[in-house]
Amino acid sequence: MSCPASPWPALVVVMPLSAAFLCFVLGQRWRGTPLLISLLATALCCVGSLEILRELAASGPISYRLGGWRPPWGIEYRIDGLNAFMLLLISSVGMLATLYSARNVPLEVPGGVPHYYALHLLLIAGLLGMSITGDVFNLYVFLEISSLAAYALIASAGGRGLRASFNYIVMGTVAACFYLLGVGYLYAVTGSLNMADLAGLLPPLRHSPVVVIALAFLLTGLAIKVALVPLHAWLPDAYAYAPSSASVLIASLMGKVGLYAMMRLLFSVFPALLGSLPVLPLLCGLGGCAVIVGSVLALAQMDFKRMLACSSISQVGYIVLGVGLANDRALTGALLHVLNHAVMKGALFMAAGAIIQMTGQRDVRRFGRLHHRMPLTATVVLLGALSMIGIPPTCGFFSKWYLLLGSLEAGSWASAGVILLSSLLNAIYFFRVIERSLMAGGEPGGRSEAPLSMLLPMAVLGAAILLLGIFNQAIVAALLAPALRLAPWR
Amino acid sequence: MEMRPLLAILVSLGAAVLILLTGERHRNLRELWSIGAAVAKFALVLSLLGPVLRGETVECTVLRLYPGLDLCLRVDRLGLLFALTASLLWVLTSVYSIGYMRSLGYGEQTRYYACFALAMSSTLGIAFAANLLTFYLFYELLSVSTYPLVAHLQSPEAIRAGRKYLAYTLGSGTVLLGAIALTQRLAGTLDFRAGGFLQGSAPPEVLRALLLAYMIGCGTKAAIMPLHSWLPSAMVAPTPVSALLHAVAVVKAGVFGCLRVLGFVFGPQLLRQLGATVPLGIACGATILVASAFALAADNLKRRLAFSTISQLSYIVLGAVILSPDALRGAVLHLPFHAFMKITLFFCAGAIYAETHRENVSQLDGIGRRMPLTMGAFAIGSFGMVGIPPVCGYLSKWFLCLGAAEGSLPSLCIYLSSALLNAAYFLPIVYAAFFREGGQETREASALMVGPLLVAAAGTLALGIFPNALGVMELAGGIVREVLP
Repeated sequence: MSCPASPWPALVVVMPLSAAFLCFVLGQRWRGTPLLISLLATALCCVGSLEILRELAASGPISYRLGGWRPPWGIEYRIDGLNAFMLLLISSVGMLATLYSARNVPLEVPGGVPHYYALHLLLIAGLLGMSITGDVFNLYVFLEISSLAAYALIASAGGRGLRASFNYIVMGTVAACFYLLGVGYLYAVTGSLNMADLAGLLPPLRHSPVVVIALAFLLTGLAIKVALVPLHAWLPDAYAYAPSSASVLIASLMGKVGLYAMMRLLFSVFPALLGSLPVLPLLCGLGGCAVIVGSVLALAQMDFKRMLACSSISQVGYIVLGVGLANDRALTGALLHVLNHAVMKGALFMAAGAIIQMTGQRDVRRFGRLHHRMPLTATVVLLGALSMIGIPPTCGFFSKWYLLLGSLEAGSWASAGVILLSSLLNAIYFFRVIERSLMAGGEPGGRSEAPLSMLLPMAVLGAAILLLGIFNQAIVAALLAPALRLAPWR
Repeated sequence: MEMRPLLAILVSLGAAVLILLTGERHRNLRELWSIGAAVAKFALVLSLLGPVLRGETVECTVLRLYPGLDLCLRVDRLGLLFALTASLLWVLTSVYSIGYMRSLGYGEQTRYYACFALAMSSTLGIAFAANLLTFYLFYELLSVSTYPLVAHLQSPEAIRAGRKYLAYTLGSGTVLLGAIALTQRLAGTLDFRAGGFLQGSAPPEVLRALLLAYMIGCGTKAAIMPLHSWLPSAMVAPTPVSALLHAVAVVKAGVFGCLRVLGFVFGPQLLRQLGATVPLGIACGATILVASAFALAADNLKRRLAFSTISQLSYIVLGAVILSPDALRGAVLHLPFHAFMKITLFFCAGAIYAETHRENVSQLDGIGRRMPLTMGAFAIGSFGMVGIPPVCGYLSKWFLCLGAAEGSLPSLCIYLSSALLNAAYFLPIVYAAFFREGGQETREASALMVGPLLVAAAGTLALGIFPNALGVMELAGGIVREVLP
């Protein structure tokens, strides 16, 4: 454990927070500054995450005390392999989403550009904070920051976005209340809010009903946040009717950070309870249901963004299933899927936004001749779709492979069956898109490819879909194996 | 490390990219990429013949996909046999495609040639795969890259056929994935080994279920009934695609997969222990006979050829299931022999359609007089299918029957009756074409189509007279020795 003088752990959160403020203030006067400030801030966050990773590799887990106050009363940022990985994921996808938003935001949120970027940065700050903190109440604070930013971002689209945002506010606030109650109970029983401290204080209390209720409430709150079946109803509208750049950010990252929080609580704070309570089998079951329910819902969707949103419900199910199976391979699969899904869904939502912007089409049935009108975007859609179905060598295949082997190792034929069945269901609705965009006739028209600021991040994520698949072992060895070493449950 | 197997796969991958970049505006350059890649691929594969016949192991580990599992290419005799067939026939098909597509003025040719190139990369990947995961990777890529070819015409019928094709191939691919994951769990390895590696890794019920899953996974592409239905529907594709699907890539990949599973994952000993040979034999035998019956009833020429293919593919799988050396030799030989014969027949069908727009057998009266070269080649191909020397078909059938006589008399009856049925649905076409009156004035199709068709027919004759051309007999002998010692 090192207490470095390096300020990066704090900066990674402080920079986007202050940049949000600057965006809002300066953006009123000088147009163009919000975008620049956002790009700069997210780029610096990437640099910061890389620095943190480097330090982690050099000297082991990092502990940063805000203001120098000692835990358990002071807030501690605790970085090990798992959240370093999350920080890097959030900053890089955040940066790509910021670049993507350059031409998209002025069109979808006219007149509200400075506000948009302020919220965008607040969301990123909230997500980064949730990932880096080692304090359960601090996690709540960042959870609320990111949630409030998300509500506002979704509502900024106007129209259906307002209704979607309202539903999301109601569910999200209920979730936050559950979480806060859980934290309250924990504090009442242990007197501590620090995760590492709690891990030490909880084992003797593991049969206490208060602690069990605390765990249940915390998990319920997070389950609503990640839209785990049966608490998923808010998600399709929220993802589909947000502005496109917000969809990219929210769909790729928000669910993942909630899942990270679940993993952190289960494996770093509450491992003592996992033996005596059927938490993991319950997660397995819910994850499996989510996989099927999400796919079935997506089958019925003709709006491209809504289809992608319902598909996300299914993908969250995979990750929860992997967490529930809790063996090496399944957890590797779950973490790999966190990365892979962020990349795949990010790419697909970017493509969806580009298609809507350039052709005005949201309905999958009207995507004809996309490969002539927008060849690069159509390629990204193809890659994303193949990856979601699980065709090797795209990245989606490899996380499924790990999850499949993990299910077999745990002896769960049902989980294996669910994973295989869902691949087929995914194939149905994604090939509908591929068929329409590559094979169908449609309006004749020349090239109307998306602008470079949208193409570039799409291309990066599209390439990542292939590269992360082909070189998945490098990722597993470098990022995930250290992440899994935190496991005290073994 | 030997790079040639990897290069052979990458050369058409590169061609696909070049084709997409070149586009419709520079058609001749685009076609050059296809032909150039095909020739380069064949040259690379041919250069591997010498080392493999000498018994050297040509292996190429590309990268690690999972702990203990690499993307690994190994050129053994069976893989090389398949690769030689596929790459040589692609050269012919590329030239033929140009003639056919331009003659009929089809659109979206860039997509067509690019997907063709990708499909050929996947086919060689399947041929050279050293383990089941590598095999699966290229198998799924083959499914995905051939879909746009099946649905190429974009008519409602083509789109429906494409959906059916995807349903069957992706569905069976999923079952195959489950089987592979279970194999990894049970045996801890996925490397192909002559004679199998699954002995003793699980109780017999589990292994039987696993075998069923594999046969569903690979047997769908090999069109074993009742998983065959995608194949006649896929005839809506342009004829070079049907020639590719039915002679070279998809169906032979399915059969190749079955051979790998039977000989290199389970192995003859385990198959006998599990008592699997009888049920598999029944499925294959039924396919042979029922498909021949459908072929008899089909008036559309391509549909007749499709059912003939379904029947002939089960010849190969049945030969492997009989588990006698001669039957296996016949089965392995039938892989290239049937490929050459079928591609000849399909090329002829396509040439006739391109020139006269006639699709049905009933419309072919007298056409032999107008298109003597085309129908001559068709006649040669038909004789081969029936088993009349010196066209190569007689040789594989000879070995299959010999092996059946040793191992399984019912199979012998099936082979012989099927030969009669073949005669019943092919020879009348030849007779009607040459000896009946009919048909308007027409001439031979373009040289770009007639050339490859004649070369393919000549190939069937050459293989029948010199069966060790391209080392085919030697390779077959080696395979039999490896699997059935």
